Amino acid sequence: MSEAIITEQLRREFRVDKEGKRREAFVALDGVDLEVNRGEIFGLLGPNGAGKTTLIKILSTLLTPTSGRAVVGGFDVTSDPYSVRRIINMVSGGEHSGYGILTVRENLWLFSQLYGIPNRVALERIDRLMDIVGLSDRARTKVHKLSTGQRQKMNFIRGFISDPEILFLDEPTLGLDVETSRVIRKYIREWVDGRPDRTVLLTTHYMAEADQLCDRLAIVNQGRILACDTPSALKRRVGQDSVLEIDVSAQAGRLQDLSGLSAKRGVRRVAISSDGQGALTHKLSVIVDGDGAIPGVLEFLAQCGAIVTGFKKTEPTLEDVFLELVGRRLTGENGSQVAHKG
Amino acid sequence: MKTDLKWHIRVNVKAAIARAYVRVVGTNREFSWIFFDTLLPLLGTAAYVYIYRAMDAPEEYVGFVLLGGAMTAYWMNVLWNMASNFYFERQGWNLELYFIAPISRMAILAGMAIGGMFMTTIRAGSLIVLGSLLFNVSFSVSSVPLVVLTFVLTLVALYGLGMLFSSLFLMYGREAWHTSNLLQEPVYLLTGFYFPVRALGFYIAIAASIIPLTLGMDAVRQLVFSHLHFGLLPVHVEIAGLGVLGVGLLYAAGVALERMERAAKKEGRLTLRWQ
Repeated sequence: MSEAIITEQLRREFRVDKEGKRREAFVALDGVDLEVNRGEIFGLLGPNGAGKTTLIKILSTLLTPTSGRAVVGGFDVTSDPYSVRRIINMVSGGEHSGYGILTVRENLWLFSQLYGIPNRVALERIDRLMDIVGLSDRARTKVHKLSTGQRQKMNFIRGFISDPEILFLDEPTLGLDVETSRVIRKYIREWVDGRPDRTVLLTTHYMAEADQLCDRLAIVNQGRILACDTPSALKRRVGQDSVLEIDVSAQAGRLQDLSGLSAKRGVRRVAISSDGQGALTHKLSVIVDGDGAIPGVLEFLAQCGAIVTGFKKTEPTLEDVFLELVGRRLTGENGSQVAHKG
Repeated sequence: MKTDLKWHIRVNVKAAIARAYVRVVGTNREFSWIFFDTLLPLLGTAAYVYIYRAMDAPEEYVGFVLLGGAMTAYWMNVLWNMASNFYFERQGWNLELYFIAPISRMAILAGMAIGGMFMTTIRAGSLIVLGSLLFNVSFSVSSVPLVVLTFVLTLVALYGLGMLFSSLFLMYGREAWHTSNLLQEPVYLLTGFYFPVRALGFYIAIAASIIPLTLGMDAVRQLVFSHLHFGLLPVHVEIAGLGVLGVGLLYAAGVALERMERAAKKEGRLTLRWQ
């Protein structure tokens, strides 16, 4: 079996409290079909509330699906969770697991024992991993004295201690500095390449991380998978188009006029982000069919009374793919206004 | 299959030892327990000692109270560290990690119980030694092996009750510390921490025997102050009762844990920290 993870029409609903005593169903996952091959780093890319973490919780046997099926390493997560647990591990970004009164090394040893790892092997692995992520100097520090970043490093090590076949990484570099994030991404790549049956399922907000690290990606929004392919194939979806990043200065009352840009010939998508309500400066992300549409865009802006203060034509990124598929940007969600075509 | 069973046993034993390690090593790094868990309970116990002395009660009642005071430590440990354990582990992010590991949940609770028993025995022992020296208590033990057996059976049943509560608190304990507080004082009364439980009346005392401490303390007191006659039931009956309670509560804990895990996974309560 070459697939490490298979989901079929996976659906998960939560009952959430609404006003009064009424409880409503919130659909976190809505018919997710996914196949993750062994030996690949597979990314789930999507905004907050897209269902990424819910999917990981189901695959790691912490939640049962409302309907549908999920198979991890050949074992059904609902009917055979124990077999799944033997081959998986999970790291969540920003988690605060562990016991503050114990040292870093003691905490990591504790979690290694949950997988039956012999003491000598566990301690060797712990020392090696602490060395890799630069935590060796904190080995004998009590966990309650660690900084957030150091704690995150400890959690990252914990995920690798059991040398799992399938590792779930939920925002693994959240809160880490640039250099540590780079080291961690490099280690993930080397770890997967080190043995062909190792698989990583990774969720992230960071486009660059997804682009650099993932062999394949699924773009998730509102519990649905919108696209699934290699990062380069996804980018080719908007590859024939031009992506324009335009900074404009316009009066607040003209913002609505700017969204009319999406109706122009050759304009496929427009996203407008502002610093806040009533702001004078706005950032426009515009996907156009080709360079021929650029003069029309600039002419439209001039007609709206907007002054172009910055203009950049870029190569398509995953952010643009997201914009193309969802109709808004993944990053800078606050203050965004979206204009759809058609 | 045989290898699988061996691996299963090994991983669960290792998990239990690791969880016990947190309790034992962790607690020993905070020496405040000497004040909070030995000296403060001694003050509470001393109050009853002086009441009995003021009433000219038999001097054995002092030791009687001291035993009750020592057993308080176990009840506190069961309530605050066993019953609330999964609830607090969830708040601290550890519960998810225990639940995705290939181990029995009973292994984690057993580790917690072993660590808790070990540390609490040191505290309870300190209290008895210190109290005996301070108040000049003398014991007339009729059978040391029977005292040990009764004590062990009491702890097994008591921590079995803690394991059972653990899954209930996880599901229903929105505020675990409130539930613990709620159970604290009534149990002091119903189990006869500071008086012979027979004083509650036979039927109430029998009903209160569902709490293992009731029978356990009564049996230990009968064995340690063998010349007094205040027991609720004959010692051998109470020991048998403790055995039944131990097996029953451990079995119930296993079943409850399985059911609660299933329900919690369905409702998302293993992962939602605010519930």
